[in-house]
Amino acid sequence: MGVTLAILSLIVLIPLSAVALKASEQSWQEFFQAAFNERALTAYRLSFGAALIAAAINGVFGLLTAWALVRYQFPLKSLVNGIIDLPFALPTAVAGIALATLYAPNGWIGALLAPAGLKVAYTPLGVVVALTFIGLPFVVRTLEPVMRDLAADVEEAAASLGATRLDTILRVILPALAPAWMTGFALAFARAVGEYGSVIFIAGNMPYKSEIAPLLIIIELEQYDYAGAATIAVVMLSVSFLMLFVINAIQAWARRLAA
Amino acid sequence: MTISIRSVGKTFGRYPALNSVSLEIADGELLALLGPSGSGKTTLLRVIAGLEFPDSGQVLYGEQDMTFAGAAQRRVGFVFQQYALFRHMTVAKNVAFGLDVRKGAAKPSKAEIASRVDELLRLVELGELGKRYPAQLSGGQRQRVALARALAVNPSVLLLDEPFGALDATVRKSLRKELRRIHDATGVTTIFVTHDQEEALELADRVAILNQGAIEQVGTPQEIHDNPVGAFVAGFVGESNRLEGEVRGGRFRLNDVEFAAPGIADGRAAAFVRPHELVLSPRGEGTFPLIANHIAPQGAVARIDGVTPGGLRLEAAFARQSVADIQPGAKLDLLVGRAYVFPQ
Amino acid sequence: MSRLRHPTEDPIWAKVLILVIVAAFLASVLILPMVTVFFEALRRGLPAALEAIGTEDARDAIKLTLITAAITVPFNVVFGICASWAVAKYEFPLKPFLITLIDLPFSVSPVVAGLIYVLVFGAQGWFGPWLIDHDIKIIFAIPGIVLATIFVTFPFVARELIPLMQEQGVDEEEAAVSMGASGLRTFWSVTAPNIRWGLLYGVLLCNARAMGEFGAVSVVSGHIRGLTNTMPLHVEILYNEYDFVGAFAVAALLCFLAVVTLVLKTLLEIAQPPSRPGRH
Repeated sequence: MGVTLAILSLIVLIPLSAVALKASEQSWQEFFQAAFNERALTAYRLSFGAALIAAAINGVFGLLTAWALVRYQFPLKSLVNGIIDLPFALPTAVAGIALATLYAPNGWIGALLAPAGLKVAYTPLGVVVALTFIGLPFVVRTLEPVMRDLAADVEEAAASLGATRLDTILRVILPALAPAWMTGFALAFARAVGEYGSVIFIAGNMPYKSEIAPLLIIIELEQYDYAGAATIAVVMLSVSFLMLFVINAIQAWARRLAA
Repeated sequence: MTISIRSVGKTFGRYPALNSVSLEIADGELLALLGPSGSGKTTLLRVIAGLEFPDSGQVLYGEQDMTFAGAAQRRVGFVFQQYALFRHMTVAKNVAFGLDVRKGAAKPSKAEIASRVDELLRLVELGELGKRYPAQLSGGQRQRVALARALAVNPSVLLLDEPFGALDATVRKSLRKELRRIHDATGVTTIFVTHDQEEALELADRVAILNQGAIEQVGTPQEIHDNPVGAFVAGFVGESNRLEGEVRGGRFRLNDVEFAAPGIADGRAAAFVRPHELVLSPRGEGTFPLIANHIAPQGAVARIDGVTPGGLRLEAAFARQSVADIQPGAKLDLLVGRAYVFPQ
Repeated sequence: MSRLRHPTEDPIWAKVLILVIVAAFLASVLILPMVTVFFEALRRGLPAALEAIGTEDARDAIKLTLITAAITVPFNVVFGICASWAVAKYEFPLKPFLITLIDLPFSVSPVVAGLIYVLVFGAQGWFGPWLIDHDIKIIFAIPGIVLATIFVTFPFVARELIPLMQEQGVDEEEAAVSMGASGLRTFWSVTAPNIRWGLLYGVLLCNARAMGEFGAVSVVSGHIRGLTNTMPLHVEILYNEYDFVGAFAVAALLCFLAVVTLVLKTLLEIAQPPSRPGRH
């Protein structure tokens, strides 16, 4: 146990506090300037905004995917089931170049969207696509077991009380899935906010336009602005802690409801 | 509402769950479907509810053919074995659900729904618990919520699947009386499934006994208990000693036991003798000895486990005072008072 | 037929609609990207792809990736067992804090993970001057890559083992110890069999992430070809140099690894079905 704590401190705790210490070497004014200047703000907006949209997309499509996997029989089901975890197993850089190529104006999907005037790669839209890729399994894998455990008798009860199938889904099934759905959403969002590898290839990385917050850290590092990099890291870490807190709160709530 | 089940058949894969079952349930009746597990009783209940559809036959509500109507169209109240409460809704919301999902003119006003919910919660004696969530209730309380929820839609028939199966013995007993009271108060036609014969005999107006997907006998508890029509019912309902022997010239014989079996053709037969139908008698014609092994007092009755000299194990029940001085090892002379004999 | 639909079943049209939507979504987000990797890698034929993988830089990158995984995975196995043992079998005041710490790397941006080691061991960092004096290189060198990888793969093994060990409780171990078994013996004969599937599962995911980590490694590596370039970093370099066939050839190798990981993962799930939600 002592060993565990020692290693944890050495590898996680001390380095993390280094970020906070580095950031605190500045005055408040410098800190705010580094944390909330125009360029940083646009980067946060893109990172958080795109992560939120991607989590929402996964919230919808992940829900449908989990539903299909749990409730329906279809060909190649076990293959589909296996491929859901691809984002966990595929290196993010590989996903990044693949998505960038696929959604580029001359890529398979990009070419389909181009006539509609839709540019995905090298725009904020591309960031959303990459973050959707990254977040999908979180939503599906969190929902699946809860869906599987939904007792059939609850749906039958709703039907016997005169509810239509749509009523049953909206008023009985979805509310029962809500805690798991929110957990999956929060996990996908938390992962997407800090994502780097899959995004930079497709983002375009234009300052004030398609530059994500983690990239800003790297740029400041390359300019040897360690305090600036640490400042943005502190902002992102705060969000990470907040997300951890939110996720734990959702799960505590779900446990109370299920008791 | 009368319910008519006509020659209903249902198979799951290759396994026949119901085999041409016919049953009439009178308006306002409280009927028990009793049978061992796998007898098809729950399937029959679900066919009546519209949660399963039969492969053949008809289900009529009054005069109306409901065989292929969906559950939502039938206005049944169904109480599930595990209650199936909506756990993200309060007790009151659970009870109101059936009224709340109605559309257009059929939907009562908020005030009407609220007063109906109040009324039902009072009926099942949960008046103050409307704001609780299912997770905050005991098993018995959940059962009452499920009952109130099923009754809220003014069901044409109330269906209960093993309603007391998940409860402990004391709660089960009191809820049994409760169900009878609520049935009498509402007058709704009620069908419940159980594997517990005591429950069926105590609670129901009539009992239908199912075995292997077919109805063996339908009748009042007394008819079922006292006049079983076949070996299965005789063995399944009430306690009895099962004797597999032979009938010759109107007399059943097995080992050292012999008694009259009028009207039964010669050949192998099964006889069922209830413990209290073994009567103490002075030694004489038709008596046989039983050596007492174990004597257990039970209220006004003493139960005796014994064995005949020929090695036949029997269980007998006597008025306590008549066997007050019997000790283990004592020899009793017995006569078979009444037996149900069925050729095999 | 629609009249006979069981109440828990969706209408046929809804099923078809949902399956079509799901198929289109999965195709555009998961399947086509994977196909793209192999398609682009083989655009100029297999020999060109093999040649790209066979260059000295690529071989060095593969070697470094293997070395990193070979250090990271065993370290995390040992640490994961220690940590889950501590969490599951002992009660102590800072336990929730410890669990949060173990989970933390999951929610920290990989770039931040890299940054923290730069701040500690970099030239401008706490130990920077001391390290330079003693001529030890951590940042822009292999130790930094390994450290950053350990950080991001930290939770995988522990996360799998904690619930397994908690479920198992201490009864069996206490029984074994009371029968005179030594600590190590108890671990091998009582604890290990119960956790082996979970352990393998954790190792698998840990290994996949260790070989594929990009953000954290990118920050600490310095991108020195032949020295501090891992496979994912090599993919980036080739891609940015517009050597797409080369980039996708190395990517295809990583993609193949991911597919193997998924197959093994599926097999493990058949051996022991997952019991909890939210597995990563």
